[in-house]
Amino acid sequence: MSILGNRVLRKEDPKFLTVGGTYVDDIGLAGALHVAYVRSTFAHARILSIDTEEARKAPGVVAVYTAADVDLGPRPPEMPMFNQAMTRSLLADDTVRFVGECVAAVVADTRARAVDAAELVQIDYDPLPAVVDVETALRDETLLFPAAGTNLAMDMTFGTDEHFMDGCEVVVRHQFLNHRVAPCPLEVRAASAEWSPEGRLTQYSSTQAPHGVKSGLAGALALDEAQVRVLSPDVGGGFGAKMGTYPEELLVAWMARRLGRPVRWVETRSESMVGLGHGRGQLQEVEIGGSRDGRILAYRLNVIQDGGAYPAIGAVLPFMTRTMLSGVYDIPKVEFNSRSVVTNTTPTVAYRGAGRPEATAAIERVLDMFAAEIGMDPAEVRRRNLIQKDAFPFTTPTGTVYDIGDYVRALDLALEAADYPALRAAQKQRRESGATKQLGIGLSVYVEITNGMPSSEFGAVEVRPDGTVVVRTGTSPHGQGHVTAWAMLVSEQLGIPIESIEVVHGDTDVVPRGVGTFGSRSLQAGGVAVNQAATAVVERARQLAADLLEANPDDVILDKVGQRFHVQGTPAAGRSWKELAAEAESQGGLTAEVDFTAPGPTFPFGAHLVVAEVDTETGLVEIKRIVAVDDAGKILNPMLAEGQVHGGLAQGVAQALLEEVRYDEDGNPVTANLADYAFVTAAELPSFERIAMETPTPVNELGAKGIGESGTIGSTPAVHNAVCDALVHLGVRHVPMPTSPQRVWRAINEATGKASA
Amino acid sequence: MKVSIEVNGKKEEHDVEDRTLLVFFLRETLGLTGTNIGCDTTNCGACTVIMNGESVKSCTVLAAQADGQKVLTIEGLGTSQDDMHPMQEAFRQNHALQCGYCTPGMVMAAVSLVHDNPNITEAEVREGLEGNLCRCTGYHNIVKAVLAAAGSGGGDL
Ligand code: FES
Ligand code: FES
Repeated sequence: MSILGNRVLRKEDPKFLTVGGTYVDDIGLAGALHVAYVRSTFAHARILSIDTEEARKAPGVVAVYTAADVDLGPRPPEMPMFNQAMTRSLLADDTVRFVGECVAAVVADTRARAVDAAELVQIDYDPLPAVVDVETALRDETLLFPAAGTNLAMDMTFGTDEHFMDGCEVVVRHQFLNHRVAPCPLEVRAASAEWSPEGRLTQYSSTQAPHGVKSGLAGALALDEAQVRVLSPDVGGGFGAKMGTYPEELLVAWMARRLGRPVRWVETRSESMVGLGHGRGQLQEVEIGGSRDGRILAYRLNVIQDGGAYPAIGAVLPFMTRTMLSGVYDIPKVEFNSRSVVTNTTPTVAYRGAGRPEATAAIERVLDMFAAEIGMDPAEVRRRNLIQKDAFPFTTPTGTVYDIGDYVRALDLALEAADYPALRAAQKQRRESGATKQLGIGLSVYVEITNGMPSSEFGAVEVRPDGTVVVRTGTSPHGQGHVTAWAMLVSEQLGIPIESIEVVHGDTDVVPRGVGTFGSRSLQAGGVAVNQAATAVVERARQLAADLLEANPDDVILDKVGQRFHVQGTPAAGRSWKELAAEAESQGGLTAEVDFTAPGPTFPFGAHLVVAEVDTETGLVEIKRIVAVDDAGKILNPMLAEGQVHGGLAQGVAQALLEEVRYDEDGNPVTANLADYAFVTAAELPSFERIAMETPTPVNELGAKGIGESGTIGSTPAVHNAVCDALVHLGVRHVPMPTSPQRVWRAINEATGKASA
Repeated sequence: MKVSIEVNGKKEEHDVEDRTLLVFFLRETLGLTGTNIGCDTTNCGACTVIMNGESVKSCTVLAAQADGQKVLTIEGLGTSQDDMHPMQEAFRQNHALQCGYCTPGMVMAAVSLVHDNPNITEAEVREGLEGNLCRCTGYHNIVKAVLAAAGSGGGDL
């Protein structure tokens, strides 16, 4: 009886539920000082002077640093495809480029005193014109980096074919803003640093990738990697935004070295809303062409990506958008161009889906507009263009090779579960009766890429002489449940119960190598590594048992229930895991390490159907139902997989309906705390209806794809389409996201000609 | 100033700065780090504890205001796997937590909610937990857990 595929409760939970997790700021370091950063209140300005005099004299203050003190120098963007003149200083040097950029650091004996003293730092600014939107940025009238000569951080333009739409009976064009959102992990960023007398750094970091932080620290501080240990204990969410090494974290290590004392830092939520990277921020020109009978013949997407003030991961994400350009559809001709620019806003980074939600949102929304234009049911238009089940592996026009899928089945399952004909009938009735509350039905069929750029991941399994097991993994869970999931994989191979299996992560001294948890890679990279290490341990044990039993290893079997090896047919004479581990102790232990690199990415897919009720008088939207079919291949633990989908759905709904990071025309953030940012709550969501579907991938031995981001990718356009669908009979062609009551109300009034004001 | 607060059944007397918030008193003075901080505008509920039978956001209460009061935190609910409060157990059974950061506050808020309304409906749970944010679970399993616990002692104090 296999443990795989079962709803195994989490090993992690008792601690979280009884005493709470151990997050970075829960860890006190003896004699530690606290840092508070002074952040720019201007979006774009020259720093004329900084007066730290008063702050230095404040009670408890140990040091105040500005750029002039930091001997680490400005750093060019990490990725070579960016304009290398767009350098960033850890503390702003002569220019600030976004509200929230660190200008000074105040170190004091308590956090409260550091915060108090930070208020006393006087900065004299000479404001410069702020570049807030991407189209202004592209005009290069105000340059963020004069030395770069342009605001263009990365250019991915391939050209345009004038005859691209030739032969299309119908062409629909629209501009969409896939707006900025804030990742908002509930735990904000935190880091602390301590140096040993020998000059070795121990850094605690709230991160998704401790080994990445280790390299980042070593690189910035010119250390040998062996001189750095990074610990990420429990991490309160990341969603892509806790992947890189932020300047604040590098400075914490630098200050601790400079002062010879441990230094702790935790940001406030208001700091996090401007300091932690944002997601999305893509302006899209979309064009779709096809025939009146619903066949799509050409699809074009031109984007301008907002990189924020300093190009980081966000600025390179159009590459992922391009990878998933044509989605689940078999479209003969596609075109894609993108330009990534810098603006005087918080830098953009990866956020749940990272480049793929933007691709899905564009095609799924414009497809509905195309359907409306030709007067065909949106489900039918989709059906006529879906890549067929027997076409896999399927190579898209942009060269992406999809592993396996059954998109028609996913769509059918969603339509069946929702009773699509009944929904359309109910909608018709409301339309005919002219009800105030209209019904909208939104669909999206999506495919996405997980483990997008396969890199090696580390997994190790060791059976200890007491019969317990320790698993070490290079992945870095922050809610995903790897401690349980990896224990299940090992238990399956070894027969040892998960209670006796310990999973260790987030300590670079104990886990020698690793990449981390992002891009929905963990199971298909780290999980497979652990699985292979477990297999290798079984083989070693079998060999050892054979030696001891003087048998041929091929005849020795593992009795998983009895947790012992014996010769087939003679169970009486055998060796238990305990005995074998004790025996192996003198020979380096019963252990195996694996570095596994997947041969390629995998492509989860699914179909989401959303029912929304829109009040045509107030513009208020209520989500009534969300039916989600998400196929991520073989499922290891359905309970964990569902959890991932639920969280993804909520964040996807949030983007479509509520959440938006906004700036005023001077580049001041107007959503810089949780009172102003519309973080989705329980009250705005329904319970979800998840329909299971499993199409194992041939790419890895577990048959598994990633499930972390699907919910977000599929749900945003489904919600968006539902809202627009509720109003289509009123002549509303489109409502921009997020579909706030004001926007919905305005769209209705514009369409019905009531918009006099 | 000197405050005396009964925390999880134990009398705690300490000298604190006047401006000390209850959440910092719990976390820093007493080392009870189960109670978390997720915002600076009273919106997230990560800091929720129960004071005199009512759930409060401990980031909005001064330690001074809690002087002489009874405070219950996650550490005082069920203290081990074998001794969990019905609400904790329901969270575990229903996978109502992922990263765990919102969890202590969410559990305390849920206990108080069910305490006040044992026959709570789904809509009431959703409204009642509006002030407790979770970024991981999409609330689905939290709502399920609270409803499950409502019928089995989830509101016991
Ligand atoms: S910390 Fe957010 S409400 Fe108290
Ligand atoms: S479990 Fe992560 S915020 Fe709720």
